[in-house]
Amino acid sequence: MNTTADAVSREAVHLTELDSEIGDADHGINMQRGFTAVRAALESDPPDTPGAVLVLAGRQLISTVGGASGPLYGTLLRRAGKMLGDGTEVSRERLTEALRAGVAAVAQLGGAKAGDKTMLDALEPAVKALGTSFAAAREAAEQGATATVPMVARKGRASYLGERSAGHQDPGATSSALLIAALARAAADGGSGETP
Amino acid sequence: MSLVGIVLVSHSAQVASSVAAMAGALSGGGETAPIAAAGGTDDGRFGTSAQLIAAAAAEVDQGAGVAVLADLGSAVLTVKALIAEGDQLPDGTRLLDAPFAEGAVAALVTASAGADLDAVAAAAAEAYEYRKV
Repeated sequence: MNTTADAVSREAVHLTELDSEIGDADHGINMQRGFTAVRAALESDPPDTPGAVLVLAGRQLISTVGGASGPLYGTLLRRAGKMLGDGTEVSRERLTEALRAGVAAVAQLGGAKAGDKTMLDALEPAVKALGTSFAAAREAAEQGATATVPMVARKGRASYLGERSAGHQDPGATSSALLIAALARAAADGGSGETP
Repeated sequence: MSLVGIVLVSHSAQVASSVAAMAGALSGGGETAPIAAAGGTDDGRFGTSAQLIAAAAAEVDQGAGVAVLADLGSAVLTVKALIAEGDQLPDGTRLLDAPFAEGAVAALVTASAGADLDAVAAAAAEAYEYRKV
């Protein structure tokens, strides 16, 4: 199994740990539930390719998360995994294309766009920067998440708050930044010629 | 004759089961189309359960299609994601674009009359056009 598949598997574990640190927010609990199921599924039936890892992880998230983050992240991973296909080696360029397709699927499913104070505000700049490097993607996702603070939510439950949603960093964008940061760390740990 | 099945997906188990009961009561005395509630998470919290939705859809499927009504947020997104999966819900499962309670009554009345999925979807969507003020 190539290093990218290993990295994606480690990613799920890292996210479970990261999300357990978020605290008692529903989003954190939901994400932890989902990624605990992802880890169990990957351990009990390890897929052969990075694409299959992402598809399996996506299905687990859709099945086990009780909130909107399940279908959204699940769709992201499933679409990206399908785009990767059967390849056993995945370059940063191919991963970028796959994640771009996944993020587009998330935007379509949720009917949201950048600036709506959602996970897309972290994911879209991250995918764009991933064309340069994993480190740039991590940086862009963090900046994107921070940039949601003054925004007024136009999607999801926070949108009912209207102007009162401003001044708070969007949880979805925050968890997206965590995911991208873990991806960058996994890529750095994995090596195999991938420039972090 | 097989009838279109109805699935009600709400963040609340009580909302889903109560709207199902209300729709049944408002659909007249005779036999109605199968209707099932998928409310809350599978461990009893407010939220959405893919497993409960899949089980409810399987329960009401008679081969004529399954019409799903969802309330908001993750209920809508989870149904869409399950349909996109392709193998999680019965063939001919469709998410209706309709108000939850009013659409459920319209869908059940129409399905109980033996209408096909297109007609059930149209009847439920028409509930949007009934303005209250």
